[in-house]
Amino acid sequence: MVGKKSLPEKIARIFVLAVYLIVVVFPLYWMLATSLKPQKDIFSLPIRYWPKNITFQNYENIFKITKFHVYILNSLIVSLAAAAVVLIISTLSSYVLARYKFRGSGQVMFFFFLTQVLPAFIGFAPLYLLMSRMHLVNSLPGLVLIYSVMAIPFSTIMLKGFFQRVPSSLEEAAQIDGCSRLSALIRVILPVMLPGLAATFIFSFVQNWNELFFAVMVIDSEHLKTIPVAMNSFITKFDVDWGSMSAATVLSVIPTVILFALCQKFIVQGLTQGAEKG
Amino acid sequence: MSDLNPTRSSPRKPRSAIWFIAGSLAPAIVLVLALTYYPLLRGVVMAFQNYTLFDLTNVHFIGFDNFKAVFDNDMFLIALKNSFYWVVVSLILQFVFGFGIALLLRKPFFGRGVYQGMVFFPWAMSGFLIGLIWRWLFNGQIGVINDLLIKIGIIDTPIAFLSNPSWGMTSVIVANVWYGVAFFAIMLLAALQSVPEEIYEAAEVDGARRFQRLVKITIPYIMPTILTTVALRVIWIMNFPDLIYAMTNGGPAGSTHILSTFMMDKILFGGDYGQAAAVGLIMMVILVLFMIFYFAASKLEKAGDF
Repeated sequence: MVGKKSLPEKIARIFVLAVYLIVVVFPLYWMLATSLKPQKDIFSLPIRYWPKNITFQNYENIFKITKFHVYILNSLIVSLAAAAVVLIISTLSSYVLARYKFRGSGQVMFFFFLTQVLPAFIGFAPLYLLMSRMHLVNSLPGLVLIYSVMAIPFSTIMLKGFFQRVPSSLEEAAQIDGCSRLSALIRVILPVMLPGLAATFIFSFVQNWNELFFAVMVIDSEHLKTIPVAMNSFITKFDVDWGSMSAATVLSVIPTVILFALCQKFIVQGLTQGAEKG
Repeated sequence: MSDLNPTRSSPRKPRSAIWFIAGSLAPAIVLVLALTYYPLLRGVVMAFQNYTLFDLTNVHFIGFDNFKAVFDNDMFLIALKNSFYWVVVSLILQFVFGFGIALLLRKPFFGRGVYQGMVFFPWAMSGFLIGLIWRWLFNGQIGVINDLLIKIGIIDTPIAFLSNPSWGMTSVIVANVWYGVAFFAIMLLAALQSVPEEIYEAAEVDGARRFQRLVKITIPYIMPTILTTVALRVIWIMNFPDLIYAMTNGGPAGSTHILSTFMMDKILFGGDYGQAAAVGLIMMVILVLFMIFYFAASKLEKAGDF
């Protein structure tokens, strides 16, 4: 902006941004603070805004009462595996859509885009029945399969945008040098594409990590539960035990926090890319 | 992916190119077709069938009976009304706050990257967790929001935000707005940063005031992004049961059900896939109608490049 801002205006800006920061951070802080309080402090008045007797008893509690380490492991396995599958499949599809002119390419894009606006929940029950016919109900590979499919369209749309920013002269040169199409893609283009690939991977990881309803439908066994499924059953099991609930919430958010802290730039880039190129 | 044979490629490409294109697209297309489109179409058919989880041997077509049953259900009508309220109020507030934050974040300042990282973070959390967090914040006896409101002196006694039907909807919308501002802020900030500085310089000569500049230059320039983002957001909020599911599960007495939570309720607890599919189909029709009107209207404005 060209005009210089006056001092009161600067102060107003800082004030508004500070208030917004507090509004965003406070609920998260409150969950953390609750998780570190002993039971009796959580449920007694007056409310302590700063935990006085810090304890990890809520964390010990959820590991003792539930198989939380198993849930964490399951969530990690499913989220990582599905994100990897999505990355491979949608790298191929988006590369072709970005680079080759062929009849029907517009329709293929529409085919992927349409999945983003149709309410997928209509397909939920039939999908469940289909999965059970394939004996993929109550199994982690079944979840990996479904999560992959859920993320393929958006990842394809998003990656296509990234590919279009890489000059095609790169792989043309490589192909002249005798590389095949696939090896030109792998050796020359992918290294340049790292930010886009990272964004895609993180997006699908976070989506898988967070997914609730399908996992609730598909997973029954205690040893196969992912974190959201387990927490869903906590609501009934622990009901008013907000100490355990908040500890579980904090634990389940940690991977997302780490990813977000490390890769915020890629994520923002990927998100805006995906939606603009729709 | 066995048809992806690199040795196939020859200096003259046509044939190998076709194989490469087909082979690269096949996995994505086949999977999405089989596990997204097929179930979706099957769901549409299901809406016209008697299809309950507890009686799978007795599946047959029943015409519009599922729709009749759904429309006779008072809860559905409440959910329908709530859905509009939920979408419109959440969307407007998310947009206004998101746009405001984006405008304030436009110029660099010390620590902006860290600030963005913190305020954008809720976007990466699940709706389910957000719902749990706000369920605790809004707790009717020892919730921190009640405590704060009493401390400030706005209320004298705690409000049962989540168990009083007249407060339920407001509470879930507050949580939804908190959640969704980040998305608008991210998208609109990116759009704002793409506005070329020269446009403003030209306007500066004309002595345009800052507000006029916003209305006459900035907003028209980023209009395509605004239109796309809003459209995606309407669909998304409408199809977003997670937060309400975790906060109130549609209660008390169905007062916070929207169509998508009502539908999930039918699937997860009712096992009536036929009626659930009918609700889903009604949602789809509403969204399609919305899209048609929305984009017809934005074409008229000559602003959409969708």
